[in-house]
Amino acid sequence: MGVVLSEAAATHVKNFIAKRGRGLGLRIGVRTSGCSGMAYKLEFADEAGSDDLLFESFGVTVLVDPKSLPYIDGMELDYAREGLNEGFKFNNPNVKDSCGCGESFKV
Amino acid sequence: MALLQISEPGLSTAPHQHRLAVGIDLGTTNSLVATVRNGISIVLGDEHGRAMLPSVVHYSSDGSIEVGESAQALLGDDPVNTIVSVKRFMGRGLADVGDTGRLPYRFVERVPSSEQSASGHGMVQLRTAAGIKSPVEVSAEILRVLRLRAEASLGGELVGAVITVPAYFDDAQRQATKDAAKLAGLNVLRLLNEPTAAAIAYGLDNASEGVYAVYDLGGGTFDISILRLSRGVFEVLSANGDSALGGDDFDQRIHCWLLEKNNLSALAPHDTRLLLTLARTAKEQLTEHSQTRITALLSSGELIDNVLTQDEFQSLSQNLIQRTLQPLRRALRDAKLTVADVKGVVMVGGATRMPQVQLAVGDFFGQTPLTNLDPDKVVALGAAIQANLLAGNQGGDDWLLLDVIPLSLGLETMGGLAEKIIPRNSTIPTARAQEFTTYKDGQTAMSLHVVQGERELVSDCRSLAKFELRGIPAMVAGSARIRVTFQVDADGLLNVAAREMGSGIEAAIVVKPSYGLSDADITRMLQESSQHAQDDMQARAQREQETEAHQLLEVVQHAVEQDGQLLDQAQRAHIESKMVLLREALQSKNQPLIKRSIAALNEATVSFAQARMDKSVTQALSGKNISDLEIKS
Repeated sequence: MGVVLSEAAATHVKNFIAKRGRGLGLRIGVRTSGCSGMAYKLEFADEAGSDDLLFESFGVTVLVDPKSLPYIDGMELDYAREGLNEGFKFNNPNVKDSCGCGESFKV
Repeated sequence: MALLQISEPGLSTAPHQHRLAVGIDLGTTNSLVATVRNGISIVLGDEHGRAMLPSVVHYSSDGSIEVGESAQALLGDDPVNTIVSVKRFMGRGLADVGDTGRLPYRFVERVPSSEQSASGHGMVQLRTAAGIKSPVEVSAEILRVLRLRAEASLGGELVGAVITVPAYFDDAQRQATKDAAKLAGLNVLRLLNEPTAAAIAYGLDNASEGVYAVYDLGGGTFDISILRLSRGVFEVLSANGDSALGGDDFDQRIHCWLLEKNNLSALAPHDTRLLLTLARTAKEQLTEHSQTRITALLSSGELIDNVLTQDEFQSLSQNLIQRTLQPLRRALRDAKLTVADVKGVVMVGGATRMPQVQLAVGDFFGQTPLTNLDPDKVVALGAAIQANLLAGNQGGDDWLLLDVIPLSLGLETMGGLAEKIIPRNSTIPTARAQEFTTYKDGQTAMSLHVVQGERELVSDCRSLAKFELRGIPAMVAGSARIRVTFQVDADGLLNVAAREMGSGIEAAIVVKPSYGLSDADITRMLQESSQHAQDDMQARAQREQETEAHQLLEVVQHAVEQDGQLLDQAQRAHIESKMVLLREALQSKNQPLIKRSIAALNEATVSFAQARMDKSVTQALSGKNISDLEIKS
């Protein structure tokens, strides 16, 4: 399955990487932290690790480390606007519970 | 579900620990807030997508406050309670503001102590329908709107902000800006000089080392700064400008041209506003087009219909542009550089969009200026990058930003002379120390008067603060060692500490300067200092002589009172007559005469001094055996 980006998210990522001037793609992962156990990691990727899994969405390379994949497999990353705020939104089918803010989650 | 932003590799923050930081350009005409999101610096707009917040605050009698566009809309109907360009009053006393008659505000020099706010002490105040407001409070309203906008846009509380200030802002003006931020609930990470922010926005900090010029033509002010980049560090070498020249003057020129073309003289205020608005639109049109048509129907029924070409506008505005080149030359001269030394030129301020401005600046420097970033936003964008860095959201190499102090800082010494401790254009942060001593025997306190300026006499400099060092052990004049340390922090704020080295007693002051200086004042003070160099030197010599005379008179007087019995009638009369002569000489202010009289009194007291010395030696030795005396070799 892997991880996909919505077209809107991909457009923004391409844009950000272009303005940043460098970057292989987008790294998505999870870390253990936060109030509900897990937290997302969303970073620019400058290099791929040897065991990184690569996915391609609308021309954007998404890098995921194998340990993170089970937690986010099948996830879609979207770009959303809420009032004045805008940013990336995780639609993760694996999440069973998340904290009020949605920044951390349980599977 | 929270909305996430992309971080730099390895710098994802833990949940609830995003360190949101913004850069704020608190401008005279417009203010902006920017932040770094997804690795890119962007300006945050309001709900209508407008990035620029007019720096206008309106106070109503019911206590409600409008900021920005809505306040600007009230400017015509209620100018007294609608505060524009409050930045010009920040940290300034009534005397600094100058021609208050031109402004519609009701100024108050100092508010009664009951109403006095902690911030804005000694600063000019404005009486509005909602009570007396200090410029700090007015600026805080603008900052508060920007903070709320940023928090709504970023979805969280801010850890801090970098606020930009003109390079020439003095300590009082910087402190006032910090106070305003505090009042608005902002944590100031740092105050950053506007030209430095612009240079950062252009990524010049990653560029090759060298000298860069920042040409900032805003709505109502013009600033030129010369920066040097070395090892990733910016240093402001010099700053100059014209606080009464900006884009609005170009509108004014078109306005006058319209009046001339149509043989109009005095217009109703409404018509003047209409024509000025049209002039502004025409100016903006001419950036893109070679000509523009201006049509208006005046309240008199008269119809205006003129075509203005770019060439015509260029000749209309030629001397305004020329006026910006003079400060440019001065800034280069202050930095001891020539045009050939300048590696790059950054354009800041909406008025630099005008092709003729870009052309003139390009001609002057012999190179095409940098214009690809929006000149209205470039300062805020750079501040945001700096804020992001200071908040710790970016890895890699930190950079230090060096600024300079615009005028020398010093202390008043005896005779009203200014002793410079930190010379002007010193890079900050900096600390300098100097030792001073007591003037009189048994002096137990010392008054320290901190002054700013280039002149030799304190009366020609600007007073910043006064404080006292008390509890100095009683000693003979000149034997106490008082070390005074001047420290200017990265924000340009001054701390002065005095320490008596023998006893270790200390006194310090965080200088809350009574009020500040404008760039025009600074320019004037600098010019005066060079014009008056000769006079000042003489004045200094004179004061030194007078101080010496006073000191001598005091010492002799004291000696005569104590050891008068050592003198016979004639000797005493001789000394006293010389003292009278010296006092008269002092009265006459005749320098050669004072000098001669000092010498005469010194001479008259030689034998008396000898006698006193003998007496004290005899006293010290009487009743003592030679073996009791420790012989020091």
